[in-house]
Amino acid sequence: GFIVKRELSQKAKLSIYSDLVNVFYEMVTALPGDQPPVVMVTHKDRYFVHVRQGGLFWVATTTADSSPFTIIEFLNRLSALVKDYCGVLNETNITENFALIYELLDEVLDYGYIQTTSSDILKNFIQTEAVSSKQFNLFDLSNVGLFGADTQQSKVAPSTAATRPIQGSREGGKSEIFVDVIERMSVVIGSNGVLMKADVEGEIRVKCYMPNCSEIRIGLNEEFSIGKSQLRGYGAAVRVDECSFHQAVRLDEFDNHRILRLSPSQGELTVMQYLLSDELPSAPPFRLFPTIERDKGGRLIVYLKLRCDLPPNSLFISPCVFNIVVSLSQELSSPDQRAELRPESRAVVWNIPRFAGGTQLSALFKLDIPDLSSASLLEVGPVSLSFELPKLTATGLQIRFLRLSPIQPSQSQRWVRYVTHSDSYTIRV
Amino acid sequence: MPYLSGEETVKELRRALCNPNVHSDPLRHRNAVLRVIRAMSQGVDVSALFSEMVKACATVDIVQKKLIYIFLCSYAAVNPELSLLVINTLRKDCQDPNPMVRSLALRNMTNLRLSSLVEYVEQPLIAGLRDRAACVRRVAVLGWAKLHDLQPDSEIDAAVVNELYSLLRDPDPVVMVNCLRALEGILKEEGGVVINKPITHHLLNRLKECDIWGQCEVLKFLQRYQPQSEDELFDILSLLDASLVSPHPPVMAATVGLFLSLCGSLPAVGLSALRRAQGPLLAACGSGSREMRFTALCHIQLLLRSLPGLLGAHYKRFFCGYAEPAFIKQRKMKVLVELVNDDNVAMLLDEMKGYCTDVNPDTAQAAISAIGHIGRSYSDRSLEILVGLLGLKQDHITSAVVQTMRDLLWVCPQCSSTVCLALEECEDTMQDAQGRQALLWMLGVYGERISSAPYKLEVFIDDVRNETSAGVKLELLTASMRLFLCRPAEMQDMLGRLLHHYIEEETDMCVRDQALLYYRLLHCGKEETEKVLQGRRSDPSLGVLIGPPAESISQWAHSFNTLAPLLQSTFKPDSKPQLSDALRCDPVETSGKTPADCSPITQLAFLTSSSAAPLSLSVSPALSPEKFERLWLQPRAQHDEHGKLQQTVFQCSAQSLQASLQLVNVQTLAFTPAHARPWKVYLYTRMQLDSRGSTLILGELVHCEEEPEEKTVRVTLRQQPRDDETLKAFLSILTTVLHTHSSSNETLKDI
Repeated sequence: GFIVKRELSQKAKLSIYSDLVNVFYEMVTALPGDQPPVVMVTHKDRYFVHVRQGGLFWVATTTADSSPFTIIEFLNRLSALVKDYCGVLNETNITENFALIYELLDEVLDYGYIQTTSSDILKNFIQTEAVSSKQFNLFDLSNVGLFGADTQQSKVAPSTAATRPIQGSREGGKSEIFVDVIERMSVVIGSNGVLMKADVEGEIRVKCYMPNCSEIRIGLNEEFSIGKSQLRGYGAAVRVDECSFHQAVRLDEFDNHRILRLSPSQGELTVMQYLLSDELPSAPPFRLFPTIERDKGGRLIVYLKLRCDLPPNSLFISPCVFNIVVSLSQELSSPDQRAELRPESRAVVWNIPRFAGGTQLSALFKLDIPDLSSASLLEVGPVSLSFELPKLTATGLQIRFLRLSPIQPSQSQRWVRYVTHSDSYTIRV
Repeated sequence: MPYLSGEETVKELRRALCNPNVHSDPLRHRNAVLRVIRAMSQGVDVSALFSEMVKACATVDIVQKKLIYIFLCSYAAVNPELSLLVINTLRKDCQDPNPMVRSLALRNMTNLRLSSLVEYVEQPLIAGLRDRAACVRRVAVLGWAKLHDLQPDSEIDAAVVNELYSLLRDPDPVVMVNCLRALEGILKEEGGVVINKPITHHLLNRLKECDIWGQCEVLKFLQRYQPQSEDELFDILSLLDASLVSPHPPVMAATVGLFLSLCGSLPAVGLSALRRAQGPLLAACGSGSREMRFTALCHIQLLLRSLPGLLGAHYKRFFCGYAEPAFIKQRKMKVLVELVNDDNVAMLLDEMKGYCTDVNPDTAQAAISAIGHIGRSYSDRSLEILVGLLGLKQDHITSAVVQTMRDLLWVCPQCSSTVCLALEECEDTMQDAQGRQALLWMLGVYGERISSAPYKLEVFIDDVRNETSAGVKLELLTASMRLFLCRPAEMQDMLGRLLHHYIEEETDMCVRDQALLYYRLLHCGKEETEKVLQGRRSDPSLGVLIGPPAESISQWAHSFNTLAPLLQSTFKPDSKPQLSDALRCDPVETSGKTPADCSPITQLAFLTSSSAAPLSLSVSPALSPEKFERLWLQPRAQHDEHGKLQQTVFQCSAQSLQASLQLVNVQTLAFTPAHARPWKVYLYTRMQLDSRGSTLILGELVHCEEEPEEKTVRVTLRQQPRDDETLKAFLSILTTVLHTHSSSNETLKDI
């Protein structure tokens, strides 16, 4: 079994087991670089298992024979619970809400054994109200009227809406439900432009702040199919390779109508996870045409042409950041002023705040490198892109409808949001 | 909050707690308590406020109660007498009509952990076991475990134990799981909770009611059960099938663990369970949580020990993401190395090549050594990449490449010509002692084939005063000696200088002694020196090159789903040519070894090096199975050679035969399954003819046991175009390969 579990933030030591906290803090900081999630304590055969979420360490102490899957899943779940209850995960919020977190831990764990992590059960026991640190945030304003031209403007949920504590709805706060389709792409494009790897991992997340909603029905695309053999219809099928559902989801209407039924609990729930491997239904969203050469002065010239291949009618409406990272392993003096040089990671970072579909951007970097040889050219690359594509899913999965029963009062809000992140989007040069 | 020293804070808080105005206003009272807890969590010692807090305990405000209980539980150990005051309040709360208050009181009563209070706690605990509310029963059940922990010597009443057993049938699943946990603790001395047949079946039937944590726990307890019959076992297994592919990694892992322990005697069932679990495991590898990814990767490594090549088709799932932390990247590479096969080797190496220039030097080094590992089976392609990396002239990359080449040579001596060529070109001096050591070893052992070797050594010898690493010094000494033996004219002067320096000026006794030893050894003459210094060039202990044989599951089943797989953080060190090997001075050890004592692979290595000049076999261009079949069935266009090889024993595994054939550049194309009779192997190779291009040889080995006392292998060879001489040569190579295998089997049998 697990002996003690307490979470702590780096500075604010919530734990009463302060000696252990100090031991952990020393061990984790003494190790260089990224840490695997297990740290051993030399005395008493006790191990620390930790997870990093929201910039905080979530630590459990345990013995060697306990299941790492369980502990890590639990720590993740715990951090999600704290997030549900406190709104946002950060150090100030944790220290503000220490009483709530103590209470939560008390109910979740007894004598080191996990009792329950279901927010439905917990909500009966948790009495403390969350202290939310409301800061005036410029982004709230900028998010609203910035792209006034967009007709869908009113449909865009403010980004902070889903980061409030779940208990807010108790005293007559807005009742809202968010259904997020989040996909992560990992793509490798070879230097010849050939797609070498393309995986999409996605999930449908429901965040519910409706106290009296008994059932949600989520309709997916009717042509949605799982596996290779099961193609349906003639149109552009939406296909995934593997698909798994939360145990609370009832699938009786799924086979025929692609409808997921579930009774939502308050807080966040991952309803469905799916995976599409080695295939993209459309062309990869970005193509890069690099030219790398040496000029006569011994400088390295990197010319990058980046094309965005999305259908032109899909515009980005939130700031989307591209980090084009070119590793260079030589000392560099100074590049062009369009991008930033990060010597510690030997990279040039090119930030593109906005990028419309169907257009093309280019950049020219001149890099002074002492002792530039022809072999150094081999070291350039790969280019890695990180981006966020709002209102878009790489697999084409769409939510057809979202029905709640009983019929909710009119002031309730329903949000369906799509976003595709780049888990890893690498282009070799 | 203004900074206050600990004492002042405590004073301030006490004032607030004692203020009668505060007491009258519940909200202010709660806030005062809250401040105490805040101070406590910030590390201030507020134990002095204990009596004030005890007084504040008598309240109807649940939040305040909870806060005070946190305080009391933390400081009860330092204030055992005052804690007695709380007991009355707690016992009163245990009678409260609100189940939440009851469970809270009961939980904290047991959390005080004071042995002096045990007598007061027992009665409410017994009542708690029969409480109407499930949440109270949950607490009460675990309360007994805490009580036992507090007084491990005292016997818990047998009636209580019986009651706990009967609570296994409680309608609340958490109570059930807690009973298991409590009984496990209480009955530790008697071997924990008893899992008999009725309990097992009860638990299995209720598994679905539990949440994932409960399921994991129950599955873990079930590992203790041994089914009485095979039918029962299979019933259990089919009940658990859904959990095996559960989307929740903890449940999946716990189920696999249970399968492995139940199927200890049926390895085939265990293997098929693992195959079934690969999907969820792979999904966990792509989990959003990087810690979960890491855990899944570590367990996949375990899986691959018994099912090598299981995930070969999914190799792309293990490609590293740019932003992934180094510990995940390095694990992924280790998995990738295991997954390499003929179909994916090109893509895989191409991907690996990208990792070699990673910003993190450790990751780069891991990638290079991973390429070296792949080189054991696909040496040409890997070496091409490694040689290309030398061109980057990056210190840490060069060092890693040189070390990898050394390790590769140790197990694949046939790579030596490529490596020697590459070293010829390599002009760098490395900062890293490990890298220099590796370079020196190769210069010593393959010095006669690297024309510039003496000049490279000269650089080291000229700089000998600045050398700090003892390892490099010893290696330099040995390398110079070895090179002297094969190229005395160039080395004589240098070696003299080196020995002089080390004997006269060196402070490290170990190095000095070594130099003295060599000096004396040289006096004994060339023969003796050679005997001592001609160490092995390749690993004599290495059994099989490609695809290590599948381990049985039992080797690692006990560590599945524990922290053990996550802890092996360092790359298992390769069988490197250690200093001790280079310095092996015992003449009996070196000279007494005849090839016959070595394993087949080493003998084959000798074979290749000796036969390299007249006969060059190659497997490229590759032959597809279809084409092979067509050529094989072509009537009479080619020459047939039939032969019978007399073999005493011939029962080597397919993998090891394939490995050794590959070593001599003979490609095996197909095997019949191991137990099929007659057992057949199809193979092919191309042989270079002097000036007339190459000739293709196809072969079939048939091993039948019709006459058991006379175990033979029939060999049929077809050649195109015909060349008797090469065919005979090929046959002799084949014979040697087979012979080494049979003789090694014999020796194995003797052991």
